[in-house]
Amino acid sequence: MASKTKVEDINRNIYDIKDKDNYEFKIQKGLSREIVEEISKKKNEPEWMLDIRLKALEAYNKLELPTWGPDLSELKMDEIATYVKPKTNLNTSWDDVPEDIKNTFDRLGIPEAEKKSLAGVGAQYDSEVVYHSIKEDLIKQGVIYTDMETAVREYPEIVKEHFMKCVPITDHKFVALHAAVWSGGSFVYVPENVKLDIPLQSYFRLNSPESGQFEHTLIIVEKGASLHFIEGCSAPKYNKVNLHAGCVELYVKDDAYLRYSTIENWSKNMMNLNTKKAIVGKNAQIDWVTGSFGSKVSMLYPMSILNGEGAKTEYTGITFAGAGQNLDTGFKVIHNAPNTSSVVNSKSISKDGGACTYRALVRISEKAKGSKCSVSCESLMLDDISRSDTIPVNDIETDEVEFSHEAKIGKISDKEIFYLMSRGLSEEDAKAMIVRGFAYPVSKELPVEYAVEMNNLINIELEGSIG
Amino acid sequence: MDKLLEIKDLHVSAQNKEILKGLNLSINRGEVHVIMGPNGAGKSTLANVILNNPQYTKISGKIRFEGENINELKTNEIAKKGIFMSFQSPEEIPGISTLNFLKYAKNKVSDEPVKSFKFRYLLKKYIDELNMNPKLIERNLNVGFSGGEKKKNEILQMLVLEPKLAILDETDSGLDVDAIRTVSKGINMYKNDTNAVLIITHNNKILENLDVDYVHILVDGKIVKTGKRELADEIEKNGYEKYKKVEEE
Repeated sequence: MASKTKVEDINRNIYDIKDKDNYEFKIQKGLSREIVEEISKKKNEPEWMLDIRLKALEAYNKLELPTWGPDLSELKMDEIATYVKPKTNLNTSWDDVPEDIKNTFDRLGIPEAEKKSLAGVGAQYDSEVVYHSIKEDLIKQGVIYTDMETAVREYPEIVKEHFMKCVPITDHKFVALHAAVWSGGSFVYVPENVKLDIPLQSYFRLNSPESGQFEHTLIIVEKGASLHFIEGCSAPKYNKVNLHAGCVELYVKDDAYLRYSTIENWSKNMMNLNTKKAIVGKNAQIDWVTGSFGSKVSMLYPMSILNGEGAKTEYTGITFAGAGQNLDTGFKVIHNAPNTSSVVNSKSISKDGGACTYRALVRISEKAKGSKCSVSCESLMLDDISRSDTIPVNDIETDEVEFSHEAKIGKISDKEIFYLMSRGLSEEDAKAMIVRGFAYPVSKELPVEYAVEMNNLINIELEGSIG
Repeated sequence: MDKLLEIKDLHVSAQNKEILKGLNLSINRGEVHVIMGPNGAGKSTLANVILNNPQYTKISGKIRFEGENINELKTNEIAKKGIFMSFQSPEEIPGISTLNFLKYAKNKVSDEPVKSFKFRYLLKKYIDELNMNPKLIERNLNVGFSGGEKKKNEILQMLVLEPKLAILDETDSGLDVDAIRTVSKGINMYKNDTNAVLIITHNNKILENLDVDYVHILVDGKIVKTGKRELADEIEKNGYEKYKKVEEE
């Protein structure tokens, strides 16, 4: 058989589009009280928000880097300018968005996606949200969908009650950093009993060298309400290490439903240290659908805290690591009330020496009698030099539970390749089809245009590595 | 006359064990050939090696298709030349519907883009003739199909892809009488003067409604006897003992 061709940098043309570094100002590198105050001042923030930032800065200075997981020594925080403001203010119409920014989004398909009857688009360009729209009928129903800065100004009571309450600022060093310098992000509020039947979506993207991105997503789904929120991320490539430390806080109140879907496709130099948590009320449900692509290092462990009786959560996620990538991801669930249930279906693909780790936590407290938890993780390794590890931690304090954990590690079967090749597919096509099939349980949970994008990402990731 | 497949003195090994030990076989257009033989004689090896399954190593010998040496071609290139194999245990491939897979594969083996209308018309006809549940093709390829449904799906693929040579590797095994009849019907629908069929089988139920030209007995990696239709009946009565002895002498 032909020897394998190793291609370090796959063709990322459509995703790696650099625009000119075009910003109003870029504050000095490194992180100090002055920087945090400057960020807050520039945003005309109320005092209480500045207080949170300064407390977080204190916590950041005290907290150590994690001593476990992937190597983060490459990160030099004092070289990372934390705030880059694009030369545009918030736009309500696509026509008002500046041309170069528009080109980038055009290539990422944002306006098309909106045309396809998506309910609203909030696209983040560097640190500010530049484009935002929401359909009239959502406004009529009392749904609030805006950027975080606007939310702080216009809905201070709601934000105050929830901001950094689901994820405490002392959670870990990067959460503290995030809370100190956060900028941009989405705010969604769905009032009681309002059910949105079309998904809301938002698109994040990094564009400036040496800039971190610290967007904050805050979603509150009130009692009996229902929402599907989609976040898609993709970043262009730069030589210096980039840091992403976003934070997602989700509140799913009693009898409410939230589906939170993400496709992340970070450039291969990105350190993606994201924190996502959901607090789930009585008989409420949160479903996570996650596709993690790209980045040099990812540490990402979405968490569901099932606080109400009968609360449910489902996690469906896929991670794809290629050469030079170390993706450390997993799902955490805390069963804190009786008769709660969780279903975890995690998949990972590694190739060309990439490493995937599934690091998970299941905690079932003494109160959570009658709860159920089922975990399944499957890994696919495309060659002998790639790695896949599973590190589950299960902490179960009551006997009255049903718990199952299943882990499988496999390779692409030669029989399947031969079968498909006998039908005329090249080896490359056959492998791509098998990998897409492996990812299918995740992609079938996504809206069709995102499923297509994920399949395209898989194809791009596989390109050139199979010869 | 019009030679389609020609195999000369073929030696093949798998996991360092020689399985085919000098096999010769010649198939012309318009012919139906049957290969019978005891377990482990090398029947499936022959099917796999014609399609160059990398699990098997060709030690020596030639495989020619339409006069061209196909020894070194990759499996998909051989498929494109017009050789099809129906698998004993078809693989399950999630993530693509059977319908989309059929279209995809048809485009891969065709020189010209497939015409959608004609494709649908023929597909519907084949599905009817094979007594298949029309909803089956909307399901992922072979995923959750019963054994019989998988085998019928192989025959459906054969009809859709229209190969010049179809090799059926124990397609009848594990099927009930009705399903075997349906498979025979599929073979008759496919068969014409310009193509050929090579049927690998253990029993001659599948041959009942077929116009068989040659029956070959494969024992220990070689074809030890070639005859007409009656040879299959003889095997059914007396088994392979007689031919095994010939080998040992």
